[in-house]
Amino acid sequence: MTVVVGWTPDARGQAALLRAVHEAQVHDEPLLVVNASSGTAPVDDRFAGAAELAAIRALLDSHGVDAEVRQPVVRDVTDALLDITEEVDASMLVIGIRHRSAVGKLLMGSTAQRILLDARCPVLAVKA
Amino acid sequence: MDALLTGLSMALTPENLLYAVVGVLLGTAVGVLPGIGPAMTVALLLPVTYNVSPSAALIMFAGIYYGGMYGGSTTSILLNTPGESSSVITALEGNKMAKRGRAAQALATAAIGSFVAGTIGTILLVAVAPTVAEWVVVLGAPSYFALMLLALVAVTSVLGSSKLRGFSSLALGLAIGLVGTSTGQARLTFDNPLLADGIDIVVVAVAIFAVGEALWVAAHLRRRPLEIIPVGRPWMDRKDWRRSWAPWLRGTAYGFPFGALPAGGAELPTFLSYITERRLAGEHRAEFGKGAIEGVAGPEAANNASAAGTLVPLLAIGLPTTATAAVILAAMQSYGLQPGPQLFEAEPELVWTLLASLFVANTLLLVINLPLAPLWARLLRIPRPYLYAGILFFAVLGAYSVNFQRFDVLLLCLFGALGFAMRRFGLPVLPLIVGVILGPRLEEQLTQALQLSQGDVSALWSEPVAVIVYVVIAVLLLGPLVLRLIPGKQGPERLEDEVEELEEEVRS
Repeated sequence: MTVVVGWTPDARGQAALLRAVHEAQVHDEPLLVVNASSGTAPVDDRFAGAAELAAIRALLDSHGVDAEVRQPVVRDVTDALLDITEEVDASMLVIGIRHRSAVGKLLMGSTAQRILLDARCPVLAVKA
Repeated sequence: MDALLTGLSMALTPENLLYAVVGVLLGTAVGVLPGIGPAMTVALLLPVTYNVSPSAALIMFAGIYYGGMYGGSTTSILLNTPGESSSVITALEGNKMAKRGRAAQALATAAIGSFVAGTIGTILLVAVAPTVAEWVVVLGAPSYFALMLLALVAVTSVLGSSKLRGFSSLALGLAIGLVGTSTGQARLTFDNPLLADGIDIVVVAVAIFAVGEALWVAAHLRRRPLEIIPVGRPWMDRKDWRRSWAPWLRGTAYGFPFGALPAGGAELPTFLSYITERRLAGEHRAEFGKGAIEGVAGPEAANNASAAGTLVPLLAIGLPTTATAAVILAAMQSYGLQPGPQLFEAEPELVWTLLASLFVANTLLLVINLPLAPLWARLLRIPRPYLYAGILFFAVLGAYSVNFQRFDVLLLCLFGALGFAMRRFGLPVLPLIVGVILGPRLEEQLTQALQLSQGDVSALWSEPVAVIVYVVIAVLLLGPLVLRLIPGKQGPERLEDEVEELEEEVRS
């Protein structure tokens, strides 16, 4: 069993990551950090660069968690996250959520809602 | 001088100024985005020539051309992916500077250098083009024929990795240009009345540049996102200025003549400028490969000066030497303007307004690029599907609006597939588009020359200029072969190989 966390290099991702580290330590399970991108734009702010990766690596090591970081480039970020939780038979999926305006949700859809409804494992939603 | 001032007053009228602003904004935007260039943008905008005045449209296109050169450097420096082929060299030192925290200085020297080089280049253009036009106007059909042949051979064999691929592409272009019944005979019309008037250049240009590129991107849609280097407002301190001004001037000196030669393009002069700056760097020699400001200042100046330079053969002789210049030439033809020496006599107001607007565009570019560089970089966050959906929409709209015939949309798809296949198999598109545009005019000059001589072929080399040009063509074609035959001496390396070598050298 593994704790999976959907992480992005921002406040939301940071909150989710810290909580996921805590869960992994409490249950003594390995941690899988997933940072996915659809790769359709030349630059994606939510896809971590070398500096940000080094920073979370340091954070994970300082907590002494057995952690792996994956950065898949996929068609659909949400689907990829759900697929990975099934692949590693996750005990828990941790995600960060935020307030979205009604219009924003209408246009872009809600990633969090899809994850909550479609995930086969318990989901822990952390507010940034 | 009077003519230029009159042109300036025309260029500063609200309408023309508006088109200049639109042009430079669009140009910078497409320059920033990798894969979308000024040639594609001008091709997509060709249909506007149906309702916009010639001077306004040309001012906008010139703004796009200049703007593309500016925008390309931003992407090169911040992302290490050149936005345009002319900015490949800029990425070498520019991105290294950015990684060392000197992105602001790299952007500043690129923008100010582009402004300096663009301004000097435009002054040279104003000084040289009318003289060249006067000189060319007395030439007869045989010389024109030879000059056009030179342009075709030069864009095909000097640039690009393979001569065979270049000439294949040229042959395709000339074949497309043959379609129609303009000579009285039906050629390649397949008995289709819709092909009798030939294939409209708008359809070909839009298909090759926009549809071909969109299909190519769609085939490689998902790429690992690149890391962009965050940057504030570009600025330079006194030391950077001292290290930049000489490379700017030397870059201009390389860029303009190379742009003005029929074998134009910015690749060669930017490369030469980089090599020169590295050789002359003196105490800063060690910084090359780690982010030397000279290595950004020189090549950036060279590519802008060469953009100004390519307008000399375009306006004075009617010879396009870059893809963008070729599409601008198509726009002039759709207005019924005959680019070449007659243009200066027939349409002085148009020409001088265009030349004056180049100064305006250059100044606008400095103003919008220096403070707004971080904003332009944000464009890189647009997901490609949205961008290319828009491009395809405008491509189809443009092709349909030519004659309001579904047949043109069919042709668009056909040539779009050709454009995709050419990218897939590494065929350069420049020879094709230059072939489509110059092919019919080449034939016209040939017919005229042979009519005057009543079919005597020797008339083709009856003018001294024609003979000289044929010698140049022979040197261009045979030179590399001969050099390769001389034992112990390697033929001149291809530009692409040289650039690759340079990149490896810098990386190590």
